[in-house]
Amino acid sequence: MTNTAWTRKDLLGLEDLSREEIELILATAETFKEVSTREIKKVPALRGKTVVNLFFEPSTRTRVSFEVAAKRLSADVINIAVETSSVKKGETLIDTGTNIQALKADIIVMRHNCSGAAQVFAQHVDLSVVNAGDGWHEHPTQALLDIFTLKEKLGKIEGLNVTIVGDIAHSRVARSNIWGLSKLGAKVTVCAPKMLIPAGFEVFPAQVTHNLDEALAKADAVNVLRMQFERDGQTAFPEQMEYFRNFGITEERIAKAKKNILVMHPGPLNRGIEISSEVADGQNSVILEQVTNGIAVRMAVLFLVAQARDRKNAIANKKRPRN
Amino acid sequence: MRLLIKNGRVIDPASKTDEILDVLIDNSRIANISKDIKNGSSQIIDATGKIIIPGIVDMHVHLREPGREDKETVLTGTLAALKGGVTSVLAMANTNPAMDCPESLDILKQIIKKSAKCNVYICAAITKKRQGRELVNIARLKKSGAVALSDDGVSVDEKVLFSKAVKKAKQSGILIICHCEDLRLSGGGVMNLGAVSTRLGLKGIPRESEYKRVERDIILAKETLGSVHIAHVSCKESVDIIAQAKKKGAKVTAETAPHYFTLTEEAVSGYNTNMKMNPPLRTQADRQAIIEGLKSGVIDAIASDHAPHTVNEKDVEFDRAEFGTIGLETSLSLGITELVDKNILTWPELVKKFCLNPSKILKIDKGTLRAGADADIAIVSADKEWTVDKKALISKSKNSSFLGRKLKGIVEYTICRGEIVYKYGIHR
Ligand SMILES: [Zn+2]
Ligand SMILES: [Zn+2]
Repeated sequence: MTNTAWTRKDLLGLEDLSREEIELILATAETFKEVSTREIKKVPALRGKTVVNLFFEPSTRTRVSFEVAAKRLSADVINIAVETSSVKKGETLIDTGTNIQALKADIIVMRHNCSGAAQVFAQHVDLSVVNAGDGWHEHPTQALLDIFTLKEKLGKIEGLNVTIVGDIAHSRVARSNIWGLSKLGAKVTVCAPKMLIPAGFEVFPAQVTHNLDEALAKADAVNVLRMQFERDGQTAFPEQMEYFRNFGITEERIAKAKKNILVMHPGPLNRGIEISSEVADGQNSVILEQVTNGIAVRMAVLFLVAQARDRKNAIANKKRPRN
Repeated sequence: MRLLIKNGRVIDPASKTDEILDVLIDNSRIANISKDIKNGSSQIIDATGKIIIPGIVDMHVHLREPGREDKETVLTGTLAALKGGVTSVLAMANTNPAMDCPESLDILKQIIKKSAKCNVYICAAITKKRQGRELVNIARLKKSGAVALSDDGVSVDEKVLFSKAVKKAKQSGILIICHCEDLRLSGGGVMNLGAVSTRLGLKGIPRESEYKRVERDIILAKETLGSVHIAHVSCKESVDIIAQAKKKGAKVTAETAPHYFTLTEEAVSGYNTNMKMNPPLRTQADRQAIIEGLKSGVIDAIASDHAPHTVNEKDVEFDRAEFGTIGLETSLSLGITELVDKNILTWPELVKKFCLNPSKILKIDKGTLRAGADADIAIVSADKEWTVDKKALISKSKNSSFLGRKLKGIVEYTICRGEIVYKYGIHR
């Protein structure tokens, strides 16, 4: 399997990707999804390659998903959890990167609490960098698995109405979803209290509403973001109960929406805060399918970036004089 | 020693001069400016086709010494200045120790005496350790040689304290320079709040944090019948507020920096930490307002806010990078490229912003080429182009917002107190 259409050694975000590139990842993920149904859930696509999960911010789910994906591709996996406090003391982000490079790793999967960290990192190392979430900026593989799930369930993305509910201001999941969905022709609506829609939001190809019933009326799918009430001590934050009353996804609300509306959530769930248990575990929920699809999508991403990097290196070696 | 500069276009707004003339320098002073000065026993510089201006007075420079010699020193900073045609700098007070007592000023004065390559004026702090709690002894610091006061880097939050500072400064005849920022509004922000910060997922600094403080400082200065100078104006509202205040006769002056009339927040895309400064790069509308403000005279001066930082402080996550760009070596070229070449300012107007006005604001005897003045001069090839190259920068730090940018105008000679201290590419 070769995909010459994919030339990026890194996946940093969906903003820069073309529609064709996103479709290529989805198609590749589809072929990898079958692997997870086999008795021996392994293909040798990344045999001999080393994937480093470099997490500056704890996230068991994403880390495990990438680890399973890499192992199903036969890669060796190393997990490094970096205490942000120790980074402050001495070793810089770049030091960390060049050290891992010296270990002759091939791919770094990176989670960081600062926006842009993956991009800065990628500029300083020549191994592949996969952004597993940077600050409030992007979380491309999460959006890709959301889109993959939508497409699998509804057959297409073009023309769909997708609503994203929650803390848009501080959400990398929202940003990546907006870019990815809009590039594939979906109409995105975001719904949140006024104070959670950031200034200058018009740069995003998305509608804004503060009324959840309105946002759900036409929606083919709703992506419910995790609410964090403790974020940097902001005042005037809506109380949890009030939030649930106005923006919580409940059975009553789902009953008023389209019959087959899909309910998604990137996890981990705050039951009773942004979503009721009945909805999370109900018929419309595809939350567990998202987890399964996450592995296929991440296999596709790891595979594509590794292949692009190998090709780049091969070309560079050819150009080098041989004497 | 006598030095004769022949046949250059002499631009000196103080004497309303703009014509091809010769300049004779004798013993560190300008002896004569006229046509066809006869060649005595002097050394000659042929300035045919070149522009002769007073040496630039950069009233906002962080030389970092004492305390952060890893970022810049008086020596490296003043060498960088000469390359940019700058012959006088105002050194900001946020050193370690801060310039908050005569003893600290003495340390800096010793360093200047030993290693400065151009004129260095000292800006002392307004409050002790720049903590905004207790005023410095303004009269004593003035006596020690400070020409201005500023807690630059922070604003004096306490209204009563700030008013008292303005009053005392007035009594001592010393200028107060305001870094206008309300930290309660901007705290934690790393770039301008708006479309780009939202797209990049970075915490924004609202424009209110600047202009509300500009407004407050001007009002307090007016109440106390004193005057203030507003540093690094970056947004439209600040320009409007200063314009209104000036119209009503308030004693306020203002400066902006080249990055604010050249760049916008878009430059931060890609998380380039050299584009991270405080105040932050704003929008195209703000940039336009700054340009209009320069044109109309609302903004009196251009100063670089030269803010050197080491690689370790810049080559990090955007959130963690220090604020600031260096500017001494690019300031004049940016003025030529962005203002003169684009017909926003005439050459004499540009020279006013760079030389005459800062001298007037600081009440120092610089910024002019009239006979008898100190022979601080820059000779410029206005049409020669160059590209800002990290390796060619003189400053100890390389954090320039303009790396890779093609600019117009190079400094051929810098003359300080009658001596050729810089000749294109070579320091003497
Ligand atoms: Zn400042
Ligand atoms: Zn400054």
